Amino acid sequence: MTISTARLARRRAKDIAFKAFCVLVTVLALTALAAILWSLLTQGLGGLNLDVFTRSTPAPGSRGGLANAIVGSIAMCGLAMVIALAVGILAGTWLAEYGGRSAYGAVIRFLNDVLLSAPSILVGLFVYEILVAPFHTFSGLAGAVALAMLAIPVIVRTTEDVLLLQAATLREAGVALGAPLSFVIRTILWRSAQSGLLTGALLAFARISGETAPLLFTALNYQFFSLDLRHPTASLPVVIFNFALSAYDDWRRLAWAGALLIAGAVLAVTIVARIVAQEQKRS
Amino acid sequence: MSDATLPRTAPPIRRANPKGALVAVVFEWLCCGAATMLLVALGWLLFSLVLGGWPALRKFGFGFLTTATWNPVTDVYGAAGPIMGTLVTAALALAIALPIAGGVAFFLTELCPAPLRRPIGTAVELLAGIPSIVYGMWGLFVFAPLFSRFVQLPMMAAAAPGSLLEKLTTGIPNGSGILSASIILAIMILPFMAATLRELLLTVPASVRESAYGLGATTAEVVMSVTLPYVRTGAIGAVMLGLGRALGETMAVTFIIGNSHTFPKSLFDSGSTIASTIANEFTEASTPMHTASLIALGLVLFVITFIVLGLARLMLRNQVAKA
Repeated sequence: MTISTARLARRRAKDIAFKAFCVLVTVLALTALAAILWSLLTQGLGGLNLDVFTRSTPAPGSRGGLANAIVGSIAMCGLAMVIALAVGILAGTWLAEYGGRSAYGAVIRFLNDVLLSAPSILVGLFVYEILVAPFHTFSGLAGAVALAMLAIPVIVRTTEDVLLLQAATLREAGVALGAPLSFVIRTILWRSAQSGLLTGALLAFARISGETAPLLFTALNYQFFSLDLRHPTASLPVVIFNFALSAYDDWRRLAWAGALLIAGAVLAVTIVARIVAQEQKRS
Repeated sequence: MSDATLPRTAPPIRRANPKGALVAVVFEWLCCGAATMLLVALGWLLFSLVLGGWPALRKFGFGFLTTATWNPVTDVYGAAGPIMGTLVTAALALAIALPIAGGVAFFLTELCPAPLRRPIGTAVELLAGIPSIVYGMWGLFVFAPLFSRFVQLPMMAAAAPGSLLEKLTTGIPNGSGILSASIILAIMILPFMAATLRELLLTVPASVRESAYGLGATTAEVVMSVTLPYVRTGAIGAVMLGLGRALGETMAVTFIIGNSHTFPKSLFDSGSTIASTIANEFTEASTPMHTASLIALGLVLFVITFIVLGLARLMLRNQVAKA
């Protein structure tokens, strides 16, 4: 009897230690993450004013904002999303509806998974090699292509997943009416999966809007307001990177404001994506 | 017999080509082409890295991987410093983040009071999406000064001369360095790993857990000997995905690792990773050999992450297939 109580006590102690550890690390992790959000808010809100949205990046010591970077970011992300949606949805559709079960399909799916978490700086290097070096100029277009390469795997993945979730009866009903499969896909499956596709697009957008590494040597940076993507283009993440590492206090303030803007935008887009996904689940 | 009775001269029934038949074929080819673009992109990426890095690999040979001289002035490059920095920071980050992420995931699936479960789970998932540059900035401006004051200085003061601790803690106590970078990386991959582990643990059928509890197992025993083994492969996959992120992360590291190309000698020593070296130097590369060496570094990173991610994905797939 004494042995078994000792055993029980040991098990209980282990259990309590385990639980205490779990609670402790959760508190620790949430504290660290809350600390990050807190300094982001306090430091970022201090630098946020109307100038940030209306003026271009300044020389140190003079008045300025992030307007060119914000616009550049939006333009590059927008173009990247157009490319990524076109390629990603088609490729995801192929995986779900046509060739997904073949050996080739398995290879493509695996490569997509690899691309999904490939280091973004390598994508930057790659795009530099194919779109910057041959044309002898950094350009917003190259930046957009680099971002698209990061968005495509996300969209392929979600497209395949949501299409596979659609009921087989939908396809059968369409085909039984005599419609070719391609017609069924475009008019029935895509439509019934549209909120899922939207979720994927939003998640991809959230992912690329904060990416810095692939833009460093594709879009580079540009000091003035410009909408011409054939030339170097400013973007929020790159401006934040340059300004944060500078020695000027006003540049650092702008960097914090920019970081707050990006984090806020990413969080907002992610939350919208989750709401869309939940709506879909409910309907 | 019956064939002969058919009127052979009757005009063949000509069906109109179904409308959209061509569209169907074109559409299928478009889809297939888009899928093939993934293959082309990854293959081309590898090819352009090999091509771009070839001059450096040919000139320095195997020594590129094993020597630690990185000198743009004399145009001699050896990548052992950044490679070691990448491996060490990623491994340390994983060692720090893994127990914490596990603890958070267990807390959320087993211990957390029901009303808090969803909010905390959602918060963790949302934090996984915060851009890494934010973590980097926080590391540089907020974490580094605190780390220097409350960890580096006391530890260096406490280290007895000649002891192992002294060896591990030599360096400039300015808050940046290998260990700081690892901690920031750990904080960055933590939400992602916790969220993935939690999702995996939620796939364990309730009946499995309930029967373990029903046999009188404590929470620790249920987690350690029932639910965790149930998701073993998937969990390893999730960990390796986290490792892959840590290996390839650029921004969170560049801010705080100190950016020196020497072979890191201690935890507080400044160092560099492959990604941070490329980010810092690529646009300012002075000679073709410098550029080639940076691209060759990228190739090394590609190979390392490809192996890690490949293994991770295979394991996660098997787990999902099983679930």
